[in-house]
Amino acid sequence: MLRILYILWLRQLKRYVRSRARMIGSLGQPLLFLVALGFGLGPVYQKAGGGSYIQFLTPGIIAMGVLFTAMFSGIEVIWDKQFGFLKETLVAPVPRIVIMAGRTLGGATVATLQGVLVLGLASLVGFRPTNLALLPLALAFMFLTALLFTALGTALASILDDMQGFQLIMNFLIMPMFFLSGALFPLKDAPGPMGFIAALNPLTYGVDGLRGALLGASQSSMPLDLLVLGVLTAGCLVLGGRLFSRIQI
Amino acid sequence: MDIIQVEGLTKAFGGFTAVDGISFDVGAGEIFAFLGPNGAGKTTTIKMLTTLLHPDRGKIIVDGHDAASDQDGVRRSFGIVFQDPSLDEELTARENMELHGVLYRLPSKDLAARIEEMLRFVDLLDRKNQKVKTFSGGMKRRLEIARGLLHHPKVLFLDEPTVGLDPQTRHHIWEYLQRLNKSEGITVFLTTHYMDEAEKVATRVAIIDHGKILVQQTPAELKASTGKSSLEEAFIQLTGHGIRHEEASSNDHLRAARRMWRR
Repeated sequence: MLRILYILWLRQLKRYVRSRARMIGSLGQPLLFLVALGFGLGPVYQKAGGGSYIQFLTPGIIAMGVLFTAMFSGIEVIWDKQFGFLKETLVAPVPRIVIMAGRTLGGATVATLQGVLVLGLASLVGFRPTNLALLPLALAFMFLTALLFTALGTALASILDDMQGFQLIMNFLIMPMFFLSGALFPLKDAPGPMGFIAALNPLTYGVDGLRGALLGASQSSMPLDLLVLGVLTAGCLVLGGRLFSRIQI
Repeated sequence: MDIIQVEGLTKAFGGFTAVDGISFDVGAGEIFAFLGPNGAGKTTTIKMLTTLLHPDRGKIIVDGHDAASDQDGVRRSFGIVFQDPSLDEELTARENMELHGVLYRLPSKDLAARIEEMLRFVDLLDRKNQKVKTFSGGMKRRLEIARGLLHHPKVLFLDEPTVGLDPQTRHHIWEYLQRLNKSEGITVFLTTHYMDEAEKVATRVAIIDHGKILVQQTPAELKASTGKSSLEEAFIQLTGHGIRHEEASSNDHLRAARRMWRR
């Protein structure tokens, strides 16, 4: 079983490392956000007394990179089940749950690497973590967020069978989750309904946790973040595993 | 002995009965061609035989394993080449084979040798370390055949294995399969739209239309009973001249979307 998990995980990593174009392409968007918003809104944010906007923004953009990569690697199942390699795994004499676990772990690892790359980019444009000792904690938040959204993407892709579904997820789930997570602006001054929506948004806890780990714990409530992310991740893994096991094509 | 036994197999999608109570047997060592016009129920049947789709009714036994109660037993006993490629294009030929070997739990110590053997069989040994995305359509098909055979299956399912390939490659593929069928006694279950190919290789054919099997005979018997000189003419006599209009399915849209998204 472990050998199977390992080779499925390794496959995702090899795919990531080998397609440089994809890796660079997927860093373009976070970089654009960092530069355009970071430098564009920086002075305004500073004048309003918020401090350095690049510092504030970076954890949010890391979370964005993780969210997008993770969701996409889950959603890939939509076409993979008809035209891709997935079909090869669906007829193999291996419990589906193992296939799902291997894929999801691989996808989450790749999304975490993506987050690390964004962190690297951010440090090029001036971001500095306040406490280097907390970097492993930041990694843990990235991985947990990655696992959560890879599993969620897989769960959704298991029940959808065309690309219209993909558009729906993109416009009504991924984008709102990103914009309403506190990635781009502080939630503490957000109007009531928005704060309420943000509190229901899983990404909010990923962003908050990352901000805590990278900027100092005083900025957020990391134990709560860990708890919420942990519970949601477990839930999504179970749900994703079930729905994936039931795939018929 | 019959290696595939199917009884009363039925599958409906919404109100449309794609496969309507079909029964047939395939003997061990046969090359069995499953023929029918577009939308006749061929692919749906293959999906049920290979455990990708659960039948509404009916019984499937493959190599003594019941598809309803012993899915993994069925899965171990067949290899399959799908209509749409299912290779990982970013991986090399050898890596694709290796993944298959691990999924089917082949012992690690024999795996490398077995992979070489199968790659040699389909003349791809010299390309083993190249990424699959650099392969032509014919090479991918050959690699899929080699992969499908890696775990010593008793039955090989081929869903339109030669579609889109040039005559040379088609010739090669049939030659491999016939060689394999003779030397290893492997049973081949195939669908194809090329009646001349079916006539040449199949020991028995079944013709399915509107979800029902019309005939199951040897090509010679079929020609004799319809009084036609080729399998193609016999096929048209049985299934009619009308062209089948298959609506563009969500699969066709997906195929297009995938091309666009391919990175």
